[in-house]
Amino acid sequence: MTKEKRELAHRAVTAAIPTAWDYAPAPEARDIAKIQERYGLFIGGKFVEPKSGERYTTIDPAREEPLAEVAQAGKADVDRAVRAARKAFANGWSTLRPNERAKYLFRIARLLQERSREFAVLESINGGKPIRESRDVDVPLAAAHFFYYAGWADKLEYAFPNRKPRPIGVAGQIIPWNFPLLMLAWKIAPALAAGNTVVLKPAETTPLSALLFCDVLRQADLPPGVVNIITGDGRTGAELVSHPDVNKIAFTGSTEVGKAIQKTLAGTGKRLTLELGGKAANIIFDDAPLDQAVEGIVNGIYFNQGHVCCAGSRLLVEESIYETVVAKLKRRMSTLRVGDPLDKNTDVGAINSKQQLDKIGSLVQAGIDEGAEIYQPPCKLPERGYWFVPTVFTNVAQSYRIAQEEIFGPVLSVLTFRTPDEAIEKANNTPYGLSAGVWTEKGSRILAMAQKLRAGVVWANTYNRFDPASPFGGYKESGFGREGGRHGLEPYVVLDDA
Amino acid sequence: MTKRLEVQKTYKLYIGGAFPRSESGRTYVAEGANVARASRKDLRDAVRIARQAGAGWSGMTAYNRGQVLYRIAEMMEMRAAELAALCRGAAEVARAVDRMVWYAGWSDKLAQVIGSSNPVAGPYFNFTVPEPTGVTGILAPEPPLLGLISRLAPVIVGGNTAVVVASEAHPLVAIEFAECLATADVPGGVVNILTGLRGELAPQIASHMDVAALDLTGADGDVAELERLGAENVKRIVRGRPDTQSPYEIAAFLELKTVWHPIGM
Amino acid sequence: MASAPVLPGGFELPLEPRLPRLGSVDAVALEERAASLATRSIKRDSKVFALDLAIRVMDLTTLEGADTPGKVAALSSKGIHPDPSDPNIPSVAAICVYPNLVPYALERIKGTNVRVAAVATAFPSGQSSLAVKLLETREVVEAGAHEVDMVIDRGAFLSGRYAAVYDEIVRVKEICAGRAHLKVILETGELGTYDNVRRASLLAIAGGADFIKTSTGKLPLSATLPVQLCMLEVIRDVHEETGRVVGMKAAGGIRQSKQAVQYLVQVHETLGLAWLTPDRYRLGASTLLNDVLMQIRKERTGRYQNPDYFTVD
Repeated sequence: MTKEKRELAHRAVTAAIPTAWDYAPAPEARDIAKIQERYGLFIGGKFVEPKSGERYTTIDPAREEPLAEVAQAGKADVDRAVRAARKAFANGWSTLRPNERAKYLFRIARLLQERSREFAVLESINGGKPIRESRDVDVPLAAAHFFYYAGWADKLEYAFPNRKPRPIGVAGQIIPWNFPLLMLAWKIAPALAAGNTVVLKPAETTPLSALLFCDVLRQADLPPGVVNIITGDGRTGAELVSHPDVNKIAFTGSTEVGKAIQKTLAGTGKRLTLELGGKAANIIFDDAPLDQAVEGIVNGIYFNQGHVCCAGSRLLVEESIYETVVAKLKRRMSTLRVGDPLDKNTDVGAINSKQQLDKIGSLVQAGIDEGAEIYQPPCKLPERGYWFVPTVFTNVAQSYRIAQEEIFGPVLSVLTFRTPDEAIEKANNTPYGLSAGVWTEKGSRILAMAQKLRAGVVWANTYNRFDPASPFGGYKESGFGREGGRHGLEPYVVLDDA
Repeated sequence: MTKRLEVQKTYKLYIGGAFPRSESGRTYVAEGANVARASRKDLRDAVRIARQAGAGWSGMTAYNRGQVLYRIAEMMEMRAAELAALCRGAAEVARAVDRMVWYAGWSDKLAQVIGSSNPVAGPYFNFTVPEPTGVTGILAPEPPLLGLISRLAPVIVGGNTAVVVASEAHPLVAIEFAECLATADVPGGVVNILTGLRGELAPQIASHMDVAALDLTGADGDVAELERLGAENVKRIVRGRPDTQSPYEIAAFLELKTVWHPIGM
Repeated sequence: MASAPVLPGGFELPLEPRLPRLGSVDAVALEERAASLATRSIKRDSKVFALDLAIRVMDLTTLEGADTPGKVAALSSKGIHPDPSDPNIPSVAAICVYPNLVPYALERIKGTNVRVAAVATAFPSGQSSLAVKLLETREVVEAGAHEVDMVIDRGAFLSGRYAAVYDEIVRVKEICAGRAHLKVILETGELGTYDNVRRASLLAIAGGADFIKTSTGKLPLSATLPVQLCMLEVIRDVHEETGRVVGMKAAGGIRQSKQAVQYLVQVHETLGLAWLTPDRYRLGASTLLNDVLMQIRKERTGRYQNPDYFTVD
């Protein structure tokens, strides 16, 4: 070949560029999750009909289709559940040898591991979150929580120096719809490990994984009445909170309801822990590993559709890298796949309810009205179901509603700062204090920021990491009390003198 | 009708997740069976393999280690009858299983109870974490199953690997137990069990320069001599109580590392 | 003394002995992102597309001391018609060989679009004088190779002599320019950290690389998904900031179709469709080809396949 021909051959375009590479649908099979037509209340070790006679329908938010009828527990039902819990507490659970109590919890942990796919699919169907998250995060963490607290059940004397811990009694627990099974594990595991019995109310829109959990309790042969599951809306919760024979209330949910509960319990002497809302700042310094920081931003606000109390909903980016970060962020957002929660390739699933969808919509509109600049990547949404495109607002002022109020959706507000002090001031300038993120390569700065941020959880060079060994909870109006770790036992024991 | 002839079991050593015979080919008689009589070369191999297994075992998350120990308990529970026949009975087995479960639950709590964040007088973040010591030699005490479990579990839950010299008079249950380990997802080399003559093996393990800690709870004979041999590489010598369970038994086989880092913008 | 080629404006030249801060990489987050992308479920049509693409971007490689003209001739034929029983199977992108075997590969690929890539610069170690490396480069280019895969001097890199590394690349590129495209092998398995991979990538690109390539394939640690992701992010940054297009080649350790698809998914979701072409992406592999052929046939027939039914070289 002559030199000229070689050069021509070298320069010739050899291959066409593909016009598309659409991933074929990769649905997880739904049928592994067997959903009954109707459910009762799980009281005293078995399912019973609600004395209220009232039921409601729970739906699949991705398809707007009904899944099952569940009971609306009324005052008499709540009373029945509390009495069952009290009976179980008095008749053996609290006096059971601690290592035997531990072995029940280990059984539950293992059963959750064995039935993990079933639970993951059910969680995605009832709640709307992507199967990849329920499979890889929610269910494994729930099992791990039971495993972790099982190990504490017979070691309580090591958790509290110079104290003799004993259980409180009956715990009333109310959990939200964003991580239904995981929140159940966060509540039940430490309560049982410490020797208490529980009455737990799952969120109104996501009862099914809690009801399936009752079958795990049956397989674990847990004594009847130790765990009671009562479904219902806010009214059921209110009854539980005000029941005189509940010794302790644990609530995770909105700050508004948390304050109402705190008011209700005032003067009663009942123990209380609250895990409420947040408006976390995710702070990016100019020396941050940028591509990984953008992943962290995305994970911080679009994971679980932003239905996360500790979501990094405010991006505080150092002004010198603002353009670069926003460009990378928008590019990354355009690769997010929104759609069928049961598709293994879905990154962002359905919004949990019409009510939540409307709330997100109205706050986003407020952001537009206040003058922030909105960006949403082009996104083909399914026809039916509740969906919201991942959204980012730039040109946001600290005073805008979208920078102050918790949206609880896939909506990020971007603000800038010039110095670390300014970042801290802006980050702390909120009645909330649940979590914060810091991105920088400089170790001393990580520690200094962690020291100054008024938040119960500080993530450095990562975001939305959870572990049963790691205490989680808020400052200020994000609540009080910790879940996870040795400190997570404290809300469930009475510390007598040694 | 003639009685069915049973297949007799061969008792071998447990090294690196496998069951080899002694490289010396020797056996001795214990409990009516021919039991492998481990040589110093077997011990040398076991220590080498235990060291290799160390990085993987200590590198696992504490949660994973705890699950492995729990699975050992699952396998022991399943073999309760076989184990009971070779030790003092069902009661000893029940206690041994429960003890394994008890220790399993410590893996992801040690750092919280033994470690600390230390408030030093300066702008430094200072924290102390426990870390495993390394290869640990264990002279198993009686009773033949419970004694072995009581000394082994605290050693491995913290991330150490172990070379165990089983009871000389009652070695069979140790090998039966090894079969539980082999089916419990325990990585090969984390636990190695040698049967043989205590008098031959103890000085070898005490003087081995790559054994970092030595549990003499089950030692008989000249214990002082073993301690002297261990001094050559500053072994951590532990004399615990044969039938106890405590996080302090675990801590005896852990090092403590303290880290400083400035706090500043 | 070499004069550096003119580079697009706005791009930082790392000529000082101590590299300026070129950005850092968080290893934990990088590996998590790579692991998450590897869970993409690519089925049916989208899988067949990927498998077909994997062949079209493949540099079918033999780099053994025992290579002979016969071996290379057989490999080249395989690369042109990977599956004689199926005319729909495309040819590979290139055949990759040692310098001595270049003429035999060229002979076989005549009349086809398959390229011949030659390794040079004292591959795989790079531990020879600059003169020797340049001579070798000149020889393979004169012999007619379309592509040159060079290795960077890791000894120089790891001892901080970045200017020497850069200079060598510039000199090799001078010989190749206009005649053969240049791939620069970083040998990521020896670089120790992702920060170093990022720095070496930028250095190679500054020196004129047309492609950056992970490995020689001669070490146990070759291409990995996180390492490719790190390098793709560099390519993306260079393209965003300067408009310059640099290609990526992942080589070594990619033996199964499932892995190949994971590498392609990463390119797709990091750089987009424009990089899913042999002009901008290559997979360096040898045993991978038959596994891809088996997977394609499985997708077509619904049956799991048997290696006996596919030709060996």
